[in-house]
Amino acid sequence: MSEGTSARSELRVAAGAQAMDYLVTMPRRVVTVYLPLGVFLFVLLFPFYWMVMTALKPNEELLSHEGNPFWVHSPTLVHVKKLLFDTAYPDWLWNTLLVSVVATFLSLVASVLAAYAIERLRFRGARYVGMSIFLAYLVPPSILFIPLAAVVYRLQLFDTRLALILTYPTFLIPFCTWLLMGYLRSIPFELEECALIDGASRLQILGKIILPLAVPGLISAGIFAFTLSWNEFIYALTFISSSEVKTVPIGVITELVEGDVYHWGPLMAGALFGSLPVVLLYSLFVEYYVSGMTGAVKE
Amino acid sequence: MSAGVGALRRALDNRHLLGALFLIPAAAFLLLFLTYPLGLGVYLGFTDAKIGRAGAWIGLENFISIWDDEIVRLALFNTFFYTVVASVIKFALGLWLALLLNQRLPLKSVVRAVVLLPFIVPTALSAIAFWWIYDSQFSIISWALMKLGVIDQYIEFLGEPWHARLATIAANIWRGVPFVAICLLAGLQTISPSYYEAASLDGATGWQQLRHVTLPLLAPITAVVMTFSVLFTFTDFQLIYVLTRGGPLNATHLMATLSFQRAIPGGYLGEGAAIATAMVPFLLGAIMFSYFGLQRRAWQQGGADR
Repeated sequence: MSEGTSARSELRVAAGAQAMDYLVTMPRRVVTVYLPLGVFLFVLLFPFYWMVMTALKPNEELLSHEGNPFWVHSPTLVHVKKLLFDTAYPDWLWNTLLVSVVATFLSLVASVLAAYAIERLRFRGARYVGMSIFLAYLVPPSILFIPLAAVVYRLQLFDTRLALILTYPTFLIPFCTWLLMGYLRSIPFELEECALIDGASRLQILGKIILPLAVPGLISAGIFAFTLSWNEFIYALTFISSSEVKTVPIGVITELVEGDVYHWGPLMAGALFGSLPVVLLYSLFVEYYVSGMTGAVKE
Repeated sequence: MSAGVGALRRALDNRHLLGALFLIPAAAFLLLFLTYPLGLGVYLGFTDAKIGRAGAWIGLENFISIWDDEIVRLALFNTFFYTVVASVIKFALGLWLALLLNQRLPLKSVVRAVVLLPFIVPTALSAIAFWWIYDSQFSIISWALMKLGVIDQYIEFLGEPWHARLATIAANIWRGVPFVAICLLAGLQTISPSYYEAASLDGATGWQQLRHVTLPLLAPITAVVMTFSVLFTFTDFQLIYVLTRGGPLNATHLMATLSFQRAIPGGYLGEGAAIATAMVPFLLGAIMFSYFGLQRRAWQQGGADR
């Protein structure tokens, strides 16, 4: 009798992993799943909550040790007002948007063509080109920015948006090409063969068969590329010095921090508004973003 | 006329020619702004170039001087410490989070989407939030710990070398865990439940299943994910630049932030380039690791050795 129960309870513990977790009792699930997950979510999300609170607090509340700091007692938009009307923040937002959109678009065009050539045309040496694209993907911006600064300087692009538009594709193209190569691989060859037999040219095949089928892949690559450009830091920090051409991350870091007195309210408001566009885009295309991220790792 | 058009069309249907044509835009970008600068960077490391002045070849002088440079050595130590500690913890926590997210959960897709937020937002901007969280006078962590009676004065999170090292590592982990977790989750979802059924019928405990079923089946994707994670962490720049600029007393300088400081505000392009070039061997090591990880994966899935 007692032997039977202990064997069963052992089985119950064993089933804890996944497939049979309906056998696990509720209190146990609370301790092993919900509690740790709750802690994870709290830690991962707290900085965002704190950003919002700080951006809405008046200065007296920010710099006071009295009261409960986790809540805003008299919310104010004065920091947001200062950010939008007394700084070049709207310019930075516009620059970031412009640079990200154009760099993403250029990269997507170049990447689709390259991925199609490598994956489908299978020209001589395609495999080596594919391999070098992967290697290019692994070159980090922090070892490229110094010589790139020299190149940008020589091209007389220093302190222009064009410098960013032309350099961002160096990390976007390898990523997008790699992702799209994986995506194109999943489109059946037979479709192309049928079209070839029916007398379609390669260009027609690309435009009328491959591209429409690759739309989800293009969205994944586009979303990911856009957020990568939006978040870029080191190139913009190195190549840009005038306030009116700065991007949001650079502007916030270099211009809202004045001397030893930090204006935490506007800083946080700036961080918040600079994050919102990518968060919004992400929330609309979560699945595409995740498949882009995991796809690039899995392929 | 029509013969010319026909020839053009035939030429465009030639795979090799069309392939080369399609590669031109990507190749132009990458050769001009990636391959060439990569070579130029190594070359600059052997010169005494300054901003606005092309340098002369000085051989190994930069490399010898950075080898003798205490600050560079400290930065190298910091970089390794930062990378190793952050990567190990990111893997452990990321795996745990992935296993949690792989359970039956209410609102699963929402939870999964929300978890990735730290990875989505610009690092420079979330680093500002951490800067404020780590503030020496108004830190919310210090405030909470004071109220709980754990400490009796505010913690100098960024003002003291070891505190600053650990604080920047914590921020890096915060940003990196979601990436590791979501990638590993994608790997977990490809593992068939029948393995777990078989294991539990054989009497394997939860830990044994994790050790002998999950981890081995997850090994290939783990190798790739962690290679990327190590690569990003080793070359990290933004977080340190925003939080500490390498201080206090260079305690948090990484190779990347130090090379920036020497090259751009300092103006010594050559020396900065030499420091950046010194990171290349380590990066190559990580890439080789990734390459063999990928190969093993292909082999495990029945693909031919390449």
